[in-house]
This record gives sequence, C-alpha cells and structure tokens, in this order.
Amino acid sequence: MILPLDFILILFVFICAVAAITIKDLLSAVVILGAYSFLMCLLWTEMAAIDVAFTEASVSASIGTVLMIGCVAKTKRRSKD
Amino acid sequence: MFEFIVGHYNYWMYVGLMMIGFYAMMAKRNLIKKIIGMNIFQSAIILFYISTSVKKGDVTVPILEHAHDGHGAHAVDIMHYANPLPHVLMLTAIVVMVATLGVAVAVTIMIYRRYQTLEEDEIIMSIRRG
Repeated sequence: MILPLDFILILFVFICAVAAITIKDLLSAVVILGAYSFLMCLLWTEMAAIDVAFTEASVSASIGTVLMIGCVAKTKRRSKD
Repeated sequence: MFEFIVGHYNYWMYVGLMMIGFYAMMAKRNLIKKIIGMNIFQSAIILFYISTSVKKGDVTVPILEHAHDGHGAHAVDIMHYANPLPHVLMLTAIVVMVATLGVAVAVTIMIYRRYQTLEEDEIIMSIRRG
C-alpha cells in the first residue's frame, strides 16, 4: 500500500460522492456515481484486493451504471434537490 | 491520542463516506438520489472491511508465487500476503449490492408509472389526496 496514492484516491472518492448527491441533473449524478465506483475499484487494487476490484469494476461500475441510466431514461431527468 | 487518530485514519474516512450516503438517504427527496446514497453507504462499508486486510511492509496480492520449494516442502510466509478473508466476504457483499440496486430501480419505475413523479413529498401529497 502506497500512502500518498491512497490519500489522493480517497480525496477523489470524497469529491465524487459529494458531487453525486448535490448535482440536480440525475443523468450527471448517475455518471458521477459510475466514476465513484471506478475510483473505489482503483483504491482496492492499490490495497492488494484485486478480486474485489475486478468484481466491482464489472458488476457495480458497469452493470449498476447501466441499470441507473435505464431508470433515468424510463422516468424523469430533472430533480428538485 | 493523536497517534491513535492518525493510525486509524481509514476508520475516519469510511465514517465520513458513510455519513455522506446516510445524509443522501435521509434528507434528499428524490428517489434516485436515495438510491445513490444507498450505493455510497454500501461501498463505504466494503471499503472499511477491505482496509482491515492491509498489512505493513512489502505486501503483495494473495496469490502464491511458488507453492513448493525444490524439496517439496511448503514455503509460504503469510506476512508477505494480504489477508484474503475480508476479500472473500466482500465479494458476496458486492453481488448483494447490485441485487438491491436492481430491486430498488424496479420499484422506482413502478412508483413513477403510478404517480408520475419521483419526489417523495409530491407522492405523499398524492396519496393523502386519495
């Protein structure tokens, strides 16, 4: 584990998490959530958990993002808060 | 005290991420924002479990480089490998995470078809009006 890389990745993860819940456009929020999942996957690769990392990359960062984009396409794109 | 706080920095990180997700689940009115908060919450818990498997020093991924030495004896030093038990537990948690996400998305689409909105307060108003 490399400590400065760990801190930089955690900083980006925090930025993505805050941006995903504050942005008003739901499609942008969902895409930022996909970026959050991919950064989390990088964090786990750096923590020597490669099996968890590629499961996260295939299941959560791709299938989860596709499911959420389908949900936004079936419903409304604008959010009030 | 200071060394305790700095030495357990992964605990503070995961508590911060978890509170971001919890705030989104509690305070946001949009249903998709609530689902995003639930996703962040679950990722934070998985991050905490994975961070407990990290060891100091030159630690590699838990894959054996050579199972036997030249004489047929086992030569494995576990201090050179990360602890694989939290990894295996959290693989199941990731699959459960995407399953709950699918169910939540399906329920959200059904609610939108019934009430034509995704805002929680408008749905409650529509239910009270009958």
